[in-house]
Amino acid sequence: MDFDLTEEQRMIRKLLRDFAEGEVAPGADERDRTKVFPRDVFKKMADLNMMGLPFPEEYGGAGADSISFAIAVEELSRVCASTGISYSAHVSLGCAPLYLFGTEEQKKEYLVPLCRGETMGAFGLTEPGAGSDAGGTRTTAVKEGDEWVINGSKCFITNASYSDFLALTAVTSKEPEGPEITAFIVPTDTEGFQVIDNYIKLGLHSSNTTELVLEDVRIPHQNILGEVGHGFKQFLVTLDGGRIGIGAMAVGIAQGAYEAALQYARERTQFGQSISKFQVIQHKLADMAMNIELARNMVYKAAWLKDCGRRFTKEASICKLFASEMAMRVCDQAVQIHGGYGYMHDYRVERFFRDVKLTEIGEGTSEIQRMVIAREIGC
Amino acid sequence: MDILVCLKQTFDTEERIVIEDGQISDDGVEFVINPYDEYAVEEAIRLRDEHGGEVTVITVGPDRAEQALRTAMAMGADKGIIVDDEDLENADEYSIARVLAAVIKDLDFDIILGGYMAIDDGSAQVGPRLAELLEIPHISTITKLTIDGESVEAEKDVEGDVEYIQSKLPILVTAQQGLNDPRYPSLPGIMKAKKKPLEQLDLDDLDLDEEDLEGKTETLEVFLPPEKEAGKILEGELDEQVKELVQRLQSEAKVI
Repeated sequence: MDFDLTEEQRMIRKLLRDFAEGEVAPGADERDRTKVFPRDVFKKMADLNMMGLPFPEEYGGAGADSISFAIAVEELSRVCASTGISYSAHVSLGCAPLYLFGTEEQKKEYLVPLCRGETMGAFGLTEPGAGSDAGGTRTTAVKEGDEWVINGSKCFITNASYSDFLALTAVTSKEPEGPEITAFIVPTDTEGFQVIDNYIKLGLHSSNTTELVLEDVRIPHQNILGEVGHGFKQFLVTLDGGRIGIGAMAVGIAQGAYEAALQYARERTQFGQSISKFQVIQHKLADMAMNIELARNMVYKAAWLKDCGRRFTKEASICKLFASEMAMRVCDQAVQIHGGYGYMHDYRVERFFRDVKLTEIGEGTSEIQRMVIAREIGC
Repeated sequence: MDILVCLKQTFDTEERIVIEDGQISDDGVEFVINPYDEYAVEEAIRLRDEHGGEVTVITVGPDRAEQALRTAMAMGADKGIIVDDEDLENADEYSIARVLAAVIKDLDFDIILGGYMAIDDGSAQVGPRLAELLEIPHISTITKLTIDGESVEAEKDVEGDVEYIQSKLPILVTAQQGLNDPRYPSLPGIMKAKKKPLEQLDLDDLDLDEEDLEGKTETLEVFLPPEKEAGKILEGELDEQVKELVQRLQSEAKVI
């Protein structure tokens, strides 16, 4: 057993901490207000080769591990959750399915530009009538000659306005036991493909969340990701990895909120002493520190299992569920410690409080995580 | 061009200093490359990229200091040398400069770079001492460096003014803030840093006798600066405020 990070992991944490403080944090509040996507941040991250962090060098990646990926998402989210989720989605939803299921040609054509940061990665799964229940998928793909014709719509798709192409799921056949689902790689400039960036969201204002509308979108057969009918299995695997990303994002937001609350509690004086001297505040901060530590350990464990090539479905759900629920409480209490100032935009915790709710919803709600865990423990 | 950089691993600038048993405790502390040495590393990499050659980073310190060398390698330095300081007792700038000189006398070099001082003990001595021992010229606190063939031109910060200095290789220069903007190590740089050659030496390898290296200074006491007390805001008419200020500066602060 070894709880120390490796030398590379420590250097990556230091790099991401410095990068987040130096390049991401300064514009975070402004971007939150103006709802501007952090394109320049991702350009700089691409220059440092961070966009393909956990993928092999032959595809333009950096060959780092999943723990390093979790560290990167945490450090970005600690200062700007919008940057954190965009990055997490790019790697775990955009790049990972291509890496895991793509043919060699598909990896060269699609994974390489993603790893180089030439375009953002996205994954079209959720539909108005189908979230974690893929059986509700309405988007269809019908084969006509050598082409597939796709019709339907997707919702809540992260990054798609900045994606040159993305993988999306469609029903390719209706079987008695349920729809047969296949994933396709679809260039976003294909005729009939519309990306709509029109949501008004609670938080994560500078992340890009879109609707996709597909009307007779025709793509060649070779754009099938992996094999026909494998879509359902593929996205279960993809979401396992994505949950580590959301878990890390929750830990990062919580860490940022906790640090702000601790600093404020030390500086704020009431009744003749700093409020950090009051036991009622101390206990709040102690609970935050404890929960963040536990959640981070669980994120690392799930990532470590993934790096070892072992099953990590249960651990990914546990880390995502625990981290997101504790982060929600941490942000709530961070606002509370700030009192009236916490409700104001100038004190970062207001942004964290709005941003963090997504971690209890995205990539499977807390309710779905409990279903997954229940299934895994044999209920 | 053979480029050497001497660097020191220091406390992260945001670490709190804790004194235990009269010593500064490094328990749980994050360490970084001394920020001034980071300018030297950056400048060395730029020189190498412009003129070709190799950058070797050298440090004297405990095992953990290897991390600082690896970070410099992740930025782009080609190889590293770490000298174990375990046998050094009461080491000071005198000792460290002698150890560095012993390492460097066996190496080919055109230029040696370092930070002008370390942010921990802030003595700003090791660079100039090392140049003296190697019998080469040195320019300290530089903010600009140009090398053309053998000729060296540097801009040197002198308390806000600038001195323009010309010299020749081989030379030792020390970096002041403003020399450059150090790069972030790239991710592939980090992944490759571990594979770059790192030589570990101790005093025996250098034919040095630890008795000759004993520091010339003696530390009598280590203590924190007194805690800053709350400021006083003067009130009343301007005339009265000025009078009170002068009076307080004389009798309380005793500075005039």
